[in-house]
Order: sequence, then structure tokens, then C-alpha cells
Amino acid sequence: MNTEIFGVMLMILLTVLLAIPLGSYIGKVYSGDRTWLDPVFAPLDRLFCKAGGINPDKEMNWKQHLLALLTINFIWFIFSMLLLMNMGWLPLNPDANPSMSADLAFNTSISFISNTNLQHYSGESGVSYLGQLVLMLFQFISAAAGMAACAVVFKAMKEKHAGKLGNFYNYFIKSCTRILLPISIVVAIILVFNGTPMTFKGKDRFISLQGDTVQVSRGPAAAMIAIKQVGTNGGGYFGANSAHPLENPNYFTNIVEDVCILLIPIAMIFALGYILKRKKFAWMIFAVMMVGFLLLLIPAVYYEMKGNPGIGKMGITQPLGSMEGKEVRFGSAASAYWGISTTVTSNGSVNAMHDSFTPLTGMFAMLGMMINSFFGGVGVGFLNFYIFIIIAVFISGLMVGRTPEFLGKKIEAKEMKIAAIIALLHPFLILAGTAIAAHLYAGNPTAYASWLNNPGNHGFSEMLYEFTSSSANNGSGFEGLGDNTAFWNISCGIVMLLARFLPIIGPVAIAGSLAAKKYVPETVGTLQTDTSTFGIMVFAVILIIAALSFFPALSLGPIAEYFSLYRS
Amino acid sequence: MKQYILPAIRITFFCFIFFCGAYSLLILGIAQIAPDKGEGQTLAVNNKIIGYALEGQSFTKDKYFNGRPSAAGYNAAGSSGSNKGPSNPEYLKDVQNRIDSFLVHNPNVKKENIASDLVTASGSGLDPDISIEAAIVQVGRIAKARNIGVEKIRSLIDTHAERPFLGIEKVNVLKLNIALDQLK
Repeated sequence: MNTEIFGVMLMILLTVLLAIPLGSYIGKVYSGDRTWLDPVFAPLDRLFCKAGGINPDKEMNWKQHLLALLTINFIWFIFSMLLLMNMGWLPLNPDANPSMSADLAFNTSISFISNTNLQHYSGESGVSYLGQLVLMLFQFISAAAGMAACAVVFKAMKEKHAGKLGNFYNYFIKSCTRILLPISIVVAIILVFNGTPMTFKGKDRFISLQGDTVQVSRGPAAAMIAIKQVGTNGGGYFGANSAHPLENPNYFTNIVEDVCILLIPIAMIFALGYILKRKKFAWMIFAVMMVGFLLLLIPAVYYEMKGNPGIGKMGITQPLGSMEGKEVRFGSAASAYWGISTTVTSNGSVNAMHDSFTPLTGMFAMLGMMINSFFGGVGVGFLNFYIFIIIAVFISGLMVGRTPEFLGKKIEAKEMKIAAIIALLHPFLILAGTAIAAHLYAGNPTAYASWLNNPGNHGFSEMLYEFTSSSANNGSGFEGLGDNTAFWNISCGIVMLLARFLPIIGPVAIAGSLAAKKYVPETVGTLQTDTSTFGIMVFAVILIIAALSFFPALSLGPIAEYFSLYRS
Repeated sequence: MKQYILPAIRITFFCFIFFCGAYSLLILGIAQIAPDKGEGQTLAVNNKIIGYALEGQSFTKDKYFNGRPSAAGYNAAGSSGSNKGPSNPEYLKDVQNRIDSFLVHNPNVKKENIASDLVTASGSGLDPDISIEAAIVQVGRIAKARNIGVEKIRSLIDTHAERPFLGIEKVNVLKLNIALDQLK
């Protein structure tokens, strides 16, 4: 039991120790500084630019960046729809899996271009090998698009007066080749040598020891699993995601995969410190995020290790903790750790079924997604946090009666309006979506009986979780929800779409507009943003917005379930 | 707009070639030197493949160590968990039934000694392992069904138990049962 907790602490430590040097590396990549991998990647980048017909040195302003980003995403959407609806007859389909219906393809396409990886299909039977490979492609490029948007904001924060914010394609290609690719190759190799399949052969068949005929799904899994962990994608190869023994074979691979969930999101913070040459500012952000993360993590681990009181009442001792939906090789502590790390980042892969978590663990997983900026997705996590920084600067400015300034730029009505809209969009999408679903269900429980796998408060949590996950671009689920229906496919598709692109557009617009403003030199009266006081201020802003928005909904779901389960 | 659409299409196409092609083939190539060539490690008895080492299979007979309950029925082509919530009354009834049925098959076991992983469904439905307690608690039944001494089976568990430095102490059910079949 103690080695379980030790394992969790080791993972945290390992992640941070790896993220610090990776952060300076990422900072160098985006600044165009020299790195030791240049001899390998400089020619590769040139090849990408040549193939794309791009001049990587052409400077863009923030509007041009957004146009480039939105256009390429639109192309991806069309490509994905065409492929998913036709993969049944296309090559690389040894198991003869069918093409997707239009609404499922719509949901899946948006899900993968928005870096969400919500999966309303099951990997073994719902996609061909070609489909899996193309979804893997989106795992690379959607992550890189988010990172490129983040790089634009970094650059804008650095510039004293500028319409020159670098080249979008340059950031995008470098994110793919120099950051995501090398880490993915290392992880894929580790997985292959631990037993994860990487083959284009179809299903295998054998007769088991007891005499049953068994079919075994395989495929080019290792390549995809690596990037889905690294790029905060989370879309698994197999239906059970990283709970599947081929997708996550042992305790060691579990450590590797889980470290990868948090690695780039944390490294991006240190990259910011490198680019701005403000290490203390980066550590302030890291501290706020880490404290938030630990506050969600510790109770989650505690409750999972304690077991399910409903089973305890039957006279069963639970030294392993609550084991429903969990795998013996990971145990309850490592499963709870994964549950929180996958939800605070927008990863969404799972190594245990979140639907079967004890109520408060489920709630902390949801809270991680509702806040969505304790590390957050690659690139976009910082963009969410940036909004909270702007709000905190503004409120602090009001408190002392000065015009709010951030990094030498005045924050005025325009920036604040954008920040407020983006901050409120996320709760709006989650709560409105859940309200509509709950209204439909309550109006006709028999017609929608296939939606919910569990009755009462937990059933409500299943719907709340689905919209939270969609809006956080997370992709995990309370998978008991019968979600492959037109309603869920379309509504979640729309939510994912809005929740992906508006929170990218907002921060880029703010940063671009701030960069264009006149630089105000720092004086003694300037609000210091790299102090612990300001860190506490940001934390308070996050907490107040999250608590006010979500407490009522959470009390109908997990909190009510908690009291019903632990009463008496 | 043309200045954005053309590069977007060209980059997307090249990324497709590079990631779906070159990257996948690189990993596929490296997999060829992995122990099982990236096709999944199989276990064989008398040169006949009887299973995958990493994937659990259904054992319901009294003479075998039983694995964990599976919401997927150990279908290795359709993994899934039960997704039952912890407070679901129907689910708790299922667990109670599993306990009752375990006690029927293992009449000498006391209820508090039943390991909880034996009455809860795994995440993938393909969990290859059980905890060591879960194996030990089945020894009496298996000894009786096979007419072998309890000690022999216990030492079999000992030799197959995995006690890693980090993580959970456990035993692979399929490997254990193969060894059990070879006991004289």
C-alpha cells in the first residue's frame, strides 16, 4: 500500500524533473535558438516547408495567425469526414470494420481536430487501421496547432511593440517535428518492447485453456498510443484505452504513459519562462497550477484507496481499495493519479473506468476539467490560464485604484471584455448542455432509457461529465453513457468545436492587441506579477469562478451521491 | 484566402505521408526486433497457442484459478468495463451475488477473506492478473477439484507471484493455470 503512494510521488517527481529541461528546449525551439537536435531536424523542417510551399520567416500579425490556424483546421475537418465515412472500403481494413455514420463521423472529426478525442466509437470494431492511422495524424497536428497558438501568445507577451509575431506554419511544423515526434518515438519504442502491438495483421484467433474460441484485436497500436499520451489527446487505440493490457502492459509502462500526460503541459510553463526571460514568473504559474493539482489529487487518491463503502458493508475487506473498473497491475492509487492527471490536462485517456470511481474522485476529475488550466492541454492549457491572469491583473488593479498593467501593457475594456466572455463560455457550454440533456431525459425517461447506465445522482453525473469533458476538450467519459446517438454526437460536437476555437481566438486576440500597445516602463507602483501574492490572487480568481459556476451542478451529482453512499 | 488554403492542403498532405507513413513504418520496423515482433506475446502448450500473456481469459471451472469478473466476458476483440457507479443498487446486488456464488464454490472460505478484486469487474474486462490473496483464497477449492495437496498449489502461487519493487503484488492467472495443468 505504501509502495502505491510512493509510486505516485515518484511519477510527480519524474514529471517535473523532465519538464524543466524540456521547457528550456521548447523555449529554444520557439525562439529559433540553437539546440543539439538541429542537425537532425533542420533538414526535416526545410522538407516540410518546401512541401508546404511556405516561407517560415514570413512574419504574421495575430489576425493572420488565426486565419492560418482556422483554415488548416477546416481542411482537416473535411479530410476527416471524407475518410471516416469511407474507410470501410478503403485499404488497411483486415477486420472489415464499417464506415461511420454521418453524425458519428461529425462528432469524431471535431473530436480529433479539436484535440479532444472524445470517442463515441470503440477502437476494436469502429475504425479500420487506416482510420486509426489518420486519427493518429490528427493527434500530432491538433496538438501542434494548440502549441503553435500558445507560441504566438508567448511571442506577443515578449514583444514590446509589434505586429510581427512570427510565422504560424513555422511554429506548427516545429511543434510536430521537434517536440512531439522525438518524444513519441521514444515512448512508442518503450511500449513495443513491453508488449504493445505494432502490426498490420488482423485479428488473431485461438482456443483458450478452458476451450473457448477467442478473437484478439491487434493493430498498429504502439505508434498511436505514444502520441495520444504525449499530445494531451487521449484517444485510445482499444476501447478500454490505457486500461487495456495491450495498450498499457505493466506498472512501468503506466509510469511512462502517465508522465507523458503532464510532461509537455508543465514544460510549456518553463518554456514561457525561457522565452520571456522571467523564470520567477514561470515558477509562480507552476506553483499555482501544482497546488491546484495536488488539492484535487490527494483526496482522489485517498478515497480510491479507501474502497467502496457499499462493498465494505457486505463484509468484504478492501486492502486494494475500490477495484471496480480498475486493473490489478496498476492498483487504486496509480489509477486515481491517472484519473486526475488526465483531467487537469485535457488528455482524457484513462487507465480505469471513471464511471466507477467513488463519488468524490469523480467530482475532482470533473473539477479538473471545469477549471481546465491546472496545466491544461498542450498549449491551450496556458491560454486558459492566461485569461485568468488577465482577470486577476484587472481585479488587482481595481483594488489598488491603478490602471491595470501586465508586462508593461495597459489592460483596458476591450481585453477585459474578451477575457470575461471566454471565462464564462466554458461554464455556459457545460451547464446549458447538461440542462438540455437532463430536461430531455426527465421529460421522457423511457424514451431515453438507453442513455444512462446508472440511476439517480450518478446518472446525472454521467451527463454532466460528458459535457464537461467535451467543453474541456478532454475526451474521457463516464463511459456508461449511451453516447453514440444523434443527440450526443451532434451536441457534443458543437460544444467541442466552440470550446476549442473560441478559447484560442480570445487569448491570441488579447495578446495581439496588447503587443500593439505602447510599452509602459515599470515603476515602483507597478503590480508585480511574479510574486506569491499575485499567485494567490490568480488562484482565488480561478476558485471563485469555478465554485460559483459549478457548485450547484456538482451538488446534484457527485456530492449528493457521496452523502447517499457514506451516510450511516 | 488562397494564400491560406493552398499551404494548408499541402502541409496536411505532407503530414499524412510523414506521420501515417514514415513514422508508423519506423515504429513497425523497430517492432521487428522486439521479442514478439509487435504481434503480441503468445503462450503455447504443446506447441499450440492457447492465449496471449498480457490478456486475461475466462476461467469458470473449479479446477482452475478464476480471474476477475469481466464486463466484456473476456472478449479480446471488444474490451470494456462495467461502468457501474459505486452507489448503483443493481451493481451492489451483482457484487453480493458474486460473493454468494464464491462462497458456494469455496465453502471453507470465510467471507472477510474474499479478496475484493474477485468480486469487482476490471477496467478493460481483460485483466490478466489477480492479487496474491485472491489466488490463495482459491487454493482449497482447486486442491479438492484436482485431488492435489494444498501445499503444492500454494508453492505454485509462490513461484508465479510477481512482487515488484514498485506497484502491486500480483499473479498472472493464465500462466498460473498453465502451470497448474502441468502439476502431477
